[in-house]
Amino acid sequence: MEFTPSMQKKLMSTAEAVERFVPDGAMVSLGGFTVNRNPMLITREIIRAGRRDLHLAVHSHGQALDLLIGAGCVSKVELAYGGVARFAPTGIRFRAAASRGDILVEDYSNFHMSLRFLAGSLGLPFIPSRSGLGTDVLEKWGFGPEVRGQGKIPEKKMVVDQNPFAEEEDPVVLLPALEPDVTLLHAQCVGTGGTVRIKGLTFLDVEQARASDAVIVTCEEIVPEDYLRQDPDQNTLPSFLVDAVIPAPVGAHPTACHQYYDYDPTHLKLYRDYASSDDGFQRYLEEWVLPFQTQEEYLAKVGAPDLERIKANRVLGYAPGLDRR
Amino acid sequence: MSDYTRKEIMAISAGRLVNDGDILFAGTGLSMLAATVAKHIYAPNSVVFFETGGIDPSLHELPLAVADPRVMSGTCLNTGLIDAFAVLVHRRLRTIAFLGAAQIDPHGNLNSTALGDYHRPSARFPGAGGALDAASLAYGSIIFMAHQKRRFVPQVDYLSSPGWLSGGDSRQKAGFKRGGPMAVVTDLGVMKFDEQTKYMYLEQYYPGVAPEQVRENTGFELDVSQAREAEPPNEKELTTLRRDIDPGRLILG
Repeated sequence: MEFTPSMQKKLMSTAEAVERFVPDGAMVSLGGFTVNRNPMLITREIIRAGRRDLHLAVHSHGQALDLLIGAGCVSKVELAYGGVARFAPTGIRFRAAASRGDILVEDYSNFHMSLRFLAGSLGLPFIPSRSGLGTDVLEKWGFGPEVRGQGKIPEKKMVVDQNPFAEEEDPVVLLPALEPDVTLLHAQCVGTGGTVRIKGLTFLDVEQARASDAVIVTCEEIVPEDYLRQDPDQNTLPSFLVDAVIPAPVGAHPTACHQYYDYDPTHLKLYRDYASSDDGFQRYLEEWVLPFQTQEEYLAKVGAPDLERIKANRVLGYAPGLDRR
Repeated sequence: MSDYTRKEIMAISAGRLVNDGDILFAGTGLSMLAATVAKHIYAPNSVVFFETGGIDPSLHELPLAVADPRVMSGTCLNTGLIDAFAVLVHRRLRTIAFLGAAQIDPHGNLNSTALGDYHRPSARFPGAGGALDAASLAYGSIIFMAHQKRRFVPQVDYLSSPGWLSGGDSRQKAGFKRGGPMAVVTDLGVMKFDEQTKYMYLEQYYPGVAPEQVRENTGFELDVSQAREAEPPNEKELTTLRRDIDPGRLILG
């Protein structure tokens, strides 16, 4: 396959992508949702590179969030929800770090985070909503005065104000826009010209990417650009919004990737068991994260039987009959 | 015909509360079962959608999460979060949300965030997710709870999702244009809220459960004087639930 010159510049190793776009202290937004399309290859590389003091901004996130927090890469997180479905209804290392005060947590809702990324993507400084009036999400701030106003952290978490267009009393919640340093996404396909196609639900990936200074995309497959341009209605992001592209077959494992593979119940249960203690989590890092320079090595560790079990039916998009208990 | 589990009667009791044509916002676990039961039996014209953006999936296999690839299969439309919230808030639609939480107070306010001090919680939960938004903006909500004293508390440690706030017209005064909890479905019965005060009362207790037992498991004063015994699940409801909806007993257990 022939790559366009701009695509050639985007193709790089995970190590180079993390080196260039994910410095210590960066504000990182994670694509995907709980058990689906988590950018796991990049997540493992960030841990291997020993990144510290990251500020995560997510809506509902699961496996990547939990791993990054557990590995000590994160100092602050803004989120609506941290859990991995029934495998960990509350993310295990997220829960531990929040309870110990190892990380600062600022709570929003999914709609709040969606609107904040949308505002960032449109260049709006803030955006109003009616969600959350009268709740502690308004009242209780996770980031204290010592960090407020620094870098990309707004002076205020959110503000209730009067709708200026209403004559009667009409309170609205004003939410500050989010403009992350980098968004990490996992997609099904990227074209040889850099066009990105995400299949199934796109969650908030598009808004997150548009709101960010930089975007790293890992993908199941690189395909001829002509193929994506035959059906442009199906495409998700133009190449000029993407800074780094890394081919990563099964790059969202153990989370799912629609039409390619299901989430991996065996691995998610294994993770739950390891993550339930501090020592166990360290062993998980030593066995499943730190040793692998390439995705191929990681997949060899996962093993063919496991990969075969979760392989998606191309019509249904998931693995029918998969034992998910 | 008395052979059914508490989870089964919970899913069926919640499903019976749905009107045909309601647009159902489903979360995980029991809420997914209730929404599917409703659609299969009482509300064939209802549509199930997920906050992740999957609208009207076939649900041939039960999703275990709102981001399960099964919510993207056989849908009329695959979208994203912004689009899903546009459905949730649509003023013409009777959107009904199924919610759950760690704690609930007498006015149906929910805590799904933390116990104890917010900054150093004794227990941290996943967070408000999309439940806060559904509780704020949907036409109405149905809440699932395990009926325990430590969960039914006079005041929640952290108010994640708004119910009737402090009761009466406080929800409206706070700025909400519609919505509020319609019912709380537990493993003991079904609670509703007084029209005027918006304070919780027992409406139905399941066969084999005494109203007094419900009171004893509630951490605040609960009026049980208007309660009646719930209709037990019928053959059709149980067969649909067991054979068509959760044959693998992934959620029914």
